[in-house]
This record gives sequence, C-alpha cells and structure tokens, in this order.
Amino acid sequence: MSRQSWVAWLYVTPLMLVLVPFFLIPILVVLVASVLETDGFGGLIPTFTLANYVGVLTSAQTFHLYAATLKFTALTWFFTLVIGFLVAYFLVFHVKNQLLAISLFLICTVPFWTSNIIRMISWIPLLGKEGLVNSALLGTGIIREPLEVLLYSSVAVVIAYVHQLTIFMVVPIFNSMARIDKRVVEAALDSGASRLDVMRLIIIPMSKSGIALGSIFVVSIVMGDFFVVKVMSGGGSASVVSAFYENVGVLQYPIAAASAVLLTVILIVVISLILRAVDIRREITQ
Amino acid sequence: MRPGRGDIELAGLCKSYDGVTNVVDGVNLKIPDGAYCCFLGPSGCGKTTILRMIAGHEDPTVGEIVIGGENVVGLAPVERRTAMMFQSYALFPHLTVRDNIAFALRVRGQSRLERYRAVDLMMEKVRLTELADRLPANLSGGQQQRVALARAAITEPRVLLLDEPLSALDEQLRVRMRQELRRMQRELGITFVHVTHTQLEAIALADIVVVMEKGKIKQSGPARDVYAYPCDRYVAEFLGGQNVLSGKVEKVGSDHLVISQPHRAGIHVGVHPDRRVGIGDRIDLAVRRDDIELMRATSGEPGGGATALPSRVLAIEYQGSFVKVMLDTIPDEEFIAYVPERTFFQDPFNVGDVLLATWSAGRARVLA
Repeated sequence: MSRQSWVAWLYVTPLMLVLVPFFLIPILVVLVASVLETDGFGGLIPTFTLANYVGVLTSAQTFHLYAATLKFTALTWFFTLVIGFLVAYFLVFHVKNQLLAISLFLICTVPFWTSNIIRMISWIPLLGKEGLVNSALLGTGIIREPLEVLLYSSVAVVIAYVHQLTIFMVVPIFNSMARIDKRVVEAALDSGASRLDVMRLIIIPMSKSGIALGSIFVVSIVMGDFFVVKVMSGGGSASVVSAFYENVGVLQYPIAAASAVLLTVILIVVISLILRAVDIRREITQ
Repeated sequence: MRPGRGDIELAGLCKSYDGVTNVVDGVNLKIPDGAYCCFLGPSGCGKTTILRMIAGHEDPTVGEIVIGGENVVGLAPVERRTAMMFQSYALFPHLTVRDNIAFALRVRGQSRLERYRAVDLMMEKVRLTELADRLPANLSGGQQQRVALARAAITEPRVLLLDEPLSALDEQLRVRMRQELRRMQRELGITFVHVTHTQLEAIALADIVVVMEKGKIKQSGPARDVYAYPCDRYVAEFLGGQNVLSGKVEKVGSDHLVISQPHRAGIHVGVHPDRRVGIGDRIDLAVRRDDIELMRATSGEPGGGATALPSRVLAIEYQGSFVKVMLDTIPDEEFIAYVPERTFFQDPFNVGDVLLATWSAGRARVLA
C-alpha cells in the first residue's frame, strides 16, 4: 500500500471507529434478525424467511399505524416550521442587539434543561381537566364544560411534539438566515419590494437549506418516537415504533426487526425527497 | 425619455445615531441634474451615510433632501425614484442574472414576458446577454458590477447612487469599469452620486468632487479646482500631488509673502491682494509636486522671486512617465518632486545627492 493511501485511511479511522460499532453493526444485526424465525422464548432460529416482512406488510394494523404516525409527523412539521421560521426571522432581522438575540436564543433552549419525562408530566397541570388552560377558559366564560381534548389526545401529542421540536427548526433556519447579507434585503427594498415580497422572494428562498435541515430533524425524530405518543395520548394513540416496542416486549424480535427495517426505508425515502427539493450540500458550501 | 429632474439639494443635513455626535454635520450641497458627483473622504467621514439618506435607507436627524424640487425625506426609495448600487453589489445569490435585473419589475407586478423584454434590452446595453442564466456566484467581479448597474438602472431612476462601486475590483478592472460607469452615466443622462475613498477615482470621474471630513464638507467643486486649488491642508493632503508646508510670515510684499519656519527661511509664496495677512501669522502653503524644479547645488541660485531650499535626496521611484524624488527639504515632513522622465534621465540624481528644490512664488499657494 502506498504511503498516500495509508495516510488517507488514517484520516477516516476516527469516523470509522464511531460508525462501524454504533451504526453499521446494529443495522446489520437488525437486518439479520428480520429474516430469522423466533422460537417464541426470545431465541432466534438461524434460517432465512421473508415471513416477517410479509406479516408486517399485509397487516392492516401496519397501515393504521403509519397513517397515525404520518398524521402526527405532518402536523408537527407544519407547526414547528411556522413557529420556528418566525422565531428565527425575529431573532435575525428584528433583534438589533446581539446580546439580546443570544439571550433570547438561550431562552428557547430552556425546556431542554430538564428531562423529557419531567416536561411531559408538566403538561398535566397545564392541559388537564382541572388544569390551567381549562380553568382560565372556564373562568372567562368562553367554555362551560372543561375541554377533555386537551390532554391524553392527539391534540396533546402534537402540542408536546411542537414544544419539544421547534428548537430543531429554529437553529438551522436561524443559521441560514444569519448568513443572508442585510444589504441584499436592502437592495430588494430599494427595488421597491414590499415586506411580503422580501419574505417571499428573498428570505424564504435563501433559508431553504435551514428549512430542509430542520425538516429532516423533526420528521425523523417524530417518526422514530413512541414515548411522547404513549404518554400524551394516554395510551389512546399508537405510533409505528410503539408497535414494535410491544413486539420486543413479548420477545417477537424478528417481527420487530422487520418493522424497524421498513420504517428505516420509509424514512430514507422521505429524507431523500426533502434533499431532492433542496440541495443542502450546495447551499451550505456556497 | 427623460426620467424627470434629478437635481439634488441637501440643506442643513445632519445625522446622529446616539444623539450626541453627528456623523453628518450640517451638510449643504447642490448637485445639478445629470451631473456626476463624487463624495470623497476617508472611512467614517459620513459620506456613505449621506448616500444612504439620499437613497431613503436612513432618515436624517435634521435637514432636508430635495430631489427635482420635491422634499423626499420620509419617502420610500421607489417614491424618490432613486436607485442604489450597493457596496460589493448585494446581488440576489439565488437568482439568475436575468432575474436579478428583472427583480424591480417583478415586484411592480409586470408579467414575465413584459419584464424579460425590458431586461433583454438592458442586458444588451451592458453586454450581459450571454450570461443571462448564470448565478451571481459564477460571475467575475466586473460582470457582477454590470449586473448591479443594470439592476439599479432598469427602473429608469432619476438618480443613481453608488456606494464604493469599484472597491471590490482589482486595479486594472477598476480603471476599465470606471470608464464604463462614466459611459453609462452619459448614456442614461441621469444624476450619479458616487461615494469613494480613492481620490484618483473621484477626480477621473466626477463633474463635482465633494471632499469630506468628520461629517462636514471641506471643499466641493469641479475636479480640477479641488485638485489644483485645495482650500486647506486637509484637502491638499487627501487629494495628494501637493507638498504642504507651514511657517510664520516674515515679510508681506505687494503680491507675495516671505515665510520662514524653524528649519528653512526665505520661502516665497504668491498671495491674493484681498487676503489680509500680518507679519507673524502662521500659515500653510502648498506647492504642486510637479511644479518643483530640482537643480544641482553647484549651478548657482535661481532668479529673483523664487524659493530655493537645499535638500538631500532620500529615495527615488521610477513611475514611468515621471520620476518621484523624495527629499528631506522640510525635516519630518514629506516633500516630493515629480520630475518628467526625460528631464530626469538627462542628468539623473542619486540617493544622497544634495540639490536645490526651487519654485517660483506664483506656483505656491496660501491655504486657509
């Protein structure tokens, strides 16, 4: 081996040391497990079968679960995008004071100073039947009966997701917006553009890479989650992942593995659709 | 078609960001319609702020801006019918050359067909037709400048404002694009206001040069007036080409003064009879570097009314058409003579030679 290629291999070693044991091997294990049979007691019989995939793909439940998960994903994506974009826009274009912008940015991360479970539990006194929102609405006379839909429902799931994931939209969009030259905006105004024109023709197209990155974060996190759905829906809704979590619970590893592979494939399709719309690599290196 | 009168009048214009210091401090100026006006000054002198106030991107704290007889303070750039060409151009990086130029027409609601027709004409004028579908990142500096110019001119403004338009270019291109700017200005026939910190650029282009210092106008007028007849030490030094000396008045004659200073005496300078100067006054005077004649110390004194100061040659720079000779005439001050190339090489000097730097009294001018 020439000296040059030896050095090249040395450069990629740290990456390989992370990727191989923590990404490649687990994926392979799951792939292998998905074509094996179970002995019913947690053991795997070494064989090759596609029965697990057939089972997953022909089950009506799979489609219901994907429908539910995609619904949560779409709603969460929409709300995090709108809120995240507006927050980033405000921070970049309206907060003139750098220090203030950084403090406001840090405030956005406050929810992350505590664990997911605590955050989840905190919704109960807020959204519960006798929670703050309901008592406020009752107190002002807007409603007569407490709204039950607020907690342990699809609404609650989406609220929890949006609360948890908006920051993943804010950060990349903030990042791409901050790189917009303010003079470009001024040049647009100079040409007679209205605020709406500037937003539509300049800021949104130039924040595309941030929007795409944030969307990838949000979509992949929501589609891979089961905890929020489980807690916030009170068991009323399920997601794709919660289904194979249950499979694992009853030692049905091959079925769970097949579902996991299917989810991975679907996620890859979704992400490549996003990447097809926005060439992130080109946008970032520009 | 004439796009309306583009004469500009600035009256008592002030701008302060903190309420304490004025970045622009009481500027009064008239720029006639169709003139090429250059604001010249070091960075931070307020020239860009004035430009941005004329453009409508900043509001003056006090004062009026009148364009074509109408006070435009508070109006949007479009209503002023001005267009600005930004420093480093601020092209829209995600739009092609064609769409960059068409932007202003697009936000005015013109149909694609309509605006592309106008843009194609404009692109022909600035020779961009082959580059129509490129993105700004794939253009050279000179091409980007032409796009910026076309984008600003497409709305047929009556005033075009240019913020350091040539600073992003390399030296050779700068000279070429300078001509291009002048050509465009003549072709469009509208008022150009151009901000720069390069004196060569200003005097080469402008009908009116405005020299600024710390928010105030020091001198304004035709390029030759400002260059050849600077009003004070600051303008003389900023525009260059002059040796500036200061000293005390020793003798007052009918049309000239005799000045002395700690190191040199017997400096003659012409003075306008209206100017009241007394013996003992401290004054500054300027002599153009190309008016200095260098003589061998041995060749005798020059005729009457001329100043002759013994000087040692510190350095010599060949400049092509002339030779720049640096002298120690006034200790601790720059003193330079521009000697025509042919004259110099008839009898070349060397570093260390002692010479007489001479000029006739009429060639020296008293500064304010």
